[in-house]
Amino acid sequence: MGNQPDEAQEAPAHARVLTGTRVIDAIKRGGVSHVLSVPDLHTAKGLLTPIRSDPALTLIRTCKEDETFGIAAGLNYGNKRALILIQYTGFLYAMNAIRAMACEHKLPMCMMIGLLGKEPDVAPQDSAKFGVRIIEPILDILGIKRFLIDDDSCVDAISPAIEHAYSASEPVAFLIGRKPV
Amino acid sequence: MMNRKIALERLKMLINDEIVVATYSTASDWIEIFDRPLNFFSFGAMGLASSHGLGLALARPERKVLVLDGDGSLLMNLGTLVTISAAAPKNLIHMVWKNGSYEANGGHPVPYPQVDFAAMARAAGIASVYRANDPENFESAVRQALSIEGPTFIEVEIEQGPLGPRSYKEMYKASRRQRLHEALNA
Repeated sequence: MGNQPDEAQEAPAHARVLTGTRVIDAIKRGGVSHVLSVPDLHTAKGLLTPIRSDPALTLIRTCKEDETFGIAAGLNYGNKRALILIQYTGFLYAMNAIRAMACEHKLPMCMMIGLLGKEPDVAPQDSAKFGVRIIEPILDILGIKRFLIDDDSCVDAISPAIEHAYSASEPVAFLIGRKPV
Repeated sequence: MMNRKIALERLKMLINDEIVVATYSTASDWIEIFDRPLNFFSFGAMGLASSHGLGLALARPERKVLVLDGDGSLLMNLGTLVTISAAAPKNLIHMVWKNGSYEANGGHPVPYPQVDFAAMARAAGIASVYRANDPENFESAVRQALSIEGPTFIEVEIEQGPLGPRSYKEMYKASRRQRLHEALNA
């Protein structure tokens, strides 16, 4: 289910970068109005800081990650789109909420998951970090479509994937591989 | 302390087009007393009723949202009080129905049944906090909460049970959620 674009593999490693503002523009093109988040060191500067001051997005800070799934479900019933911005540890923490709302009730839970500690230009499944290695297999077992967002060449996948999640009422996960700048 | 069904009968008389988010034992009684499209039965992950309510309140600020939470449920998601306080939805009324037990899970006590949720809500930054322990002060608290800008928190002391018949399959069926979606977006 992963979708690492070929272009990302072809770009010279030193030139590869993930630009936070490009990711945020893609989120907004997907119709997202609310971002629900527990801060993640991996995305704190490149994504959460600019989101905080973006007038087109309402940031809801939560204390734990499972709250974000409950809030996103409520927003969905009221016809608002949300992005859940969390670290992979928070994804693991929120597993029962994900099981219920994303998998069993097939709600359009759009998750952006920071892979803190993933080495640059190393696939998640080859990371030295156990926690990073297990995320893709868990998403596959849950049947959740996933996209590795590792540099700017991957960003164009975000907006259509959000559109699809809402039109098909199904969850989607964007794995932030490289620390956004 | 009061009987939950008596309090819910009072609540039925006080609401109109508000969204009601209910969970576990209170949801079972509420569905029996007032089955309506604008009910949402919090499903799947215990503790998230208030989070569902917060999402609905943020999405539909023109409507009041009443959350009928349980004490066991709220203890699983205490951070929600801080999240709600920070998000500050003017239309959210969060009630915790406190009977000191995990009633839906066999009636075992919560770790500390005397926990003071009203004090916790105040400490989290929620300014409008009420306590109710009989039908009269319950009705008064709800009337107050419906008339002011929130977020509002009400601690409702109730007796345990008796539990009526319940069917989670019926409560959580997809057509109910569809009905809510249609009612909200007609």
